[in-house]
Amino acid sequence: MESVRSDPSPQGDSALTVKILVAGGFGVGKTTLVSAVSEIRPLRTEEALTERSIGIDDTSAVAGKTTTTVAMDFGRITLPNGLVLFVFGTPGQDRFWFMWDELAKGALGAVVLVDTRRLADCFPSVDYFERRGLPFIIGVNQFDGSGLHTADQVRDALDLSPDIPVISCDVRDRESAKQVLITLVEHIMRSMVRRDPGALTR
Amino acid sequence: MAVPEQPPGPGADGPVDDAFADEGERSAAALDADEAAASGAAAEPGGTSGPPGPPPAPSQGGEGWYDEAAGPVVRPYALTGGRTQYDGHDLDMVALIETADEPEDPGHVHGLHRGGREAALDPEHEMILSLCRTPLSVVEIASDLELPLGVVRVLLGDLLDRSLVRVRRPAPVAQFPGERVLKEVIDGIRAL
Repeated sequence: MESVRSDPSPQGDSALTVKILVAGGFGVGKTTLVSAVSEIRPLRTEEALTERSIGIDDTSAVAGKTTTTVAMDFGRITLPNGLVLFVFGTPGQDRFWFMWDELAKGALGAVVLVDTRRLADCFPSVDYFERRGLPFIIGVNQFDGSGLHTADQVRDALDLSPDIPVISCDVRDRESAKQVLITLVEHIMRSMVRRDPGALTR
Repeated sequence: MAVPEQPPGPGADGPVDDAFADEGERSAAALDADEAAASGAAAEPGGTSGPPGPPPAPSQGGEGWYDEAAGPVVRPYALTGGRTQYDGHDLDMVALIETADEPEDPGHVHGLHRGGREAALDPEHEMILSLCRTPLSVVEIASDLELPLGVVRVLLGDLLDRSLVRVRRPAPVAQFPGERVLKEVIDGIRAL
């Protein structure tokens, strides 16, 4: 069934898409990080908030209903061997948690971006990923004039488990953004080994 | 019924679900007031003991769900005839969709596989078929068509029914990625 393709599309059963999330407060640089690493201009997709989204299964009155949408920005990175990595910025508004569950399903892990001037903005994200058991790291985005707090101070403030990486970054810089993602994936590998020592032999 | 009086947060979908589950009879009236319900049970904790009240003003409970940041209020499911979900396929947002091999006859009449009930494909269906000649994820299709994910899922369901597209689900390894996959991800990012 495979046909010849001109692009590095996933082929055969090895076709694999993986997902990484970028979370954090409003304006912390989520979309900037996505842009920095994406091979395409970040795309935006929307999901409509419907009764389906909130767990109701009644489509009878939908046509006459109004709803709203939640926007997500995402980027795409095609890796060798057909792997496609999607990097999703999570919706910023708290009322869109329903979307987070879908985003987190099957995700490898998450980057929680922090602006130390508004540290509390990242609390909900940290709580969410801790509750969900999804591996995450903290990226302390260095805004101009914000480099006043060390990684250790942020770790203390967030009361993080010592194994969770906290790294400084400048998400406008591609190399820095790449390092953030690499740090996350390395952390994911370590997390898997801790949870299941045989995990990486599969 | 105890509805936690807290703003929507992690797990807030739970209270919302409960609120509805406990109010099975609420239907038409509640649907009119669904803005209130959707903003989280916290916005209307007393909604169970009396007739549903009017939607709370945006200022109540800290925030309304339909403020400017929420974007325009739309009726996206008009395209799908009001259908909001497709039974039979749970399409992951990063599942890759691929147009099935074209039949010989380009004028092939689609849609006769289900008792001839469906008419010809809508333009949106055709656009998806065109886009997915190269495998494309569900979110990318939604982004390209500028349609909500849910709408695209319904449209894809139509096409799946007619075997016009195939799904390549994200491999199960996405949940248990092996070392090889993770190393490939790292190497791939490094090489960017």
